[in-house]
Amino acid sequence: MANETMEIQETQKQEVAESDAERTRAGVAFVPRADIYETGETIVVVADMPGVDEKSVDITLENNVLSINGHVEPRVPEGYDLSYAEYREGDYQRRFSISNQIDQDKIEATVRDGVLRLLLPKSQPTTKKIAVKSG
Amino acid sequence: MSLLPFRSSPSPWQEMERLRREMNRLFAGLPASAGGVAAPGYPAMNVWTNEDGAILTAELPGVNADDIEISVEGDTLTLSGNRQPDEMPEQATYHRRERGHGRFSRVFRLPFPIDSGKVDAAFEKGVLRVSLPRPESDKPKKITIKAG
Repeated sequence: MANETMEIQETQKQEVAESDAERTRAGVAFVPRADIYETGETIVVVADMPGVDEKSVDITLENNVLSINGHVEPRVPEGYDLSYAEYREGDYQRRFSISNQIDQDKIEATVRDGVLRLLLPKSQPTTKKIAVKSG
Repeated sequence: MSLLPFRSSPSPWQEMERLRREMNRLFAGLPASAGGVAAPGYPAMNVWTNEDGAILTAELPGVNADDIEISVEGDTLTLSGNRQPDEMPEQATYHRRERGHGRFSRVFRLPFPIDSGKVDAAFEKGVLRVSLPRPESDKPKKITIKAG
């Protein structure tokens, strides 16, 4: 087996550390690789979650903590034995703390080709500027 | 004389815990037959086999099916393609950038020739699955022993 060109650099999948809460489901969970960027109005989270579709992903935003959970049902080709393995299948979980106020009702999430894309619109500041009148 | 940076040494218990986790990580979920090797390139591949042939799977999230190229010659499969960078608005600023993009190419050699006319590939949820059947003529034959 030989390796030819490789411009793309990605290390092995990183497993979720056990230090947090323990998982109820048996099996491994991985930290999805993510890009996060911000525009004037929106924070965009893009996460690689191969094997996940729109039905098997669960997203919550609570107390400024964004939780992403994806469930992957390992697929074993029937009648075949795994004879060479470079990666493992498992769930995905990751949390981010979001410092901006987010308009929760307008969050949009899509999954395409194993990539989750989350649009988090920043909410307009509700604090009102108070004009101080001269006495 | 150079000064070594100061580093507090972890307690032996922390070290044991770290080792335990590391060992679990290394051995968890891997079948005994496959040692589980670090991928020498992108994408990481798994190969399943039986006497009819092999099934190769690879995780390629965010790659367009049109950008994946598979070619087969003899007992060798070449998988190459391009993972396009995200289109993003000009005024955007990055908080975090962990996803790679660019061209990739890997060559995989099987222990048997591939029936190139019957190779089938499917790409679903960012996972590629290529079935590589073995030609009928190459399959192991069962020899029946006649009673004398």
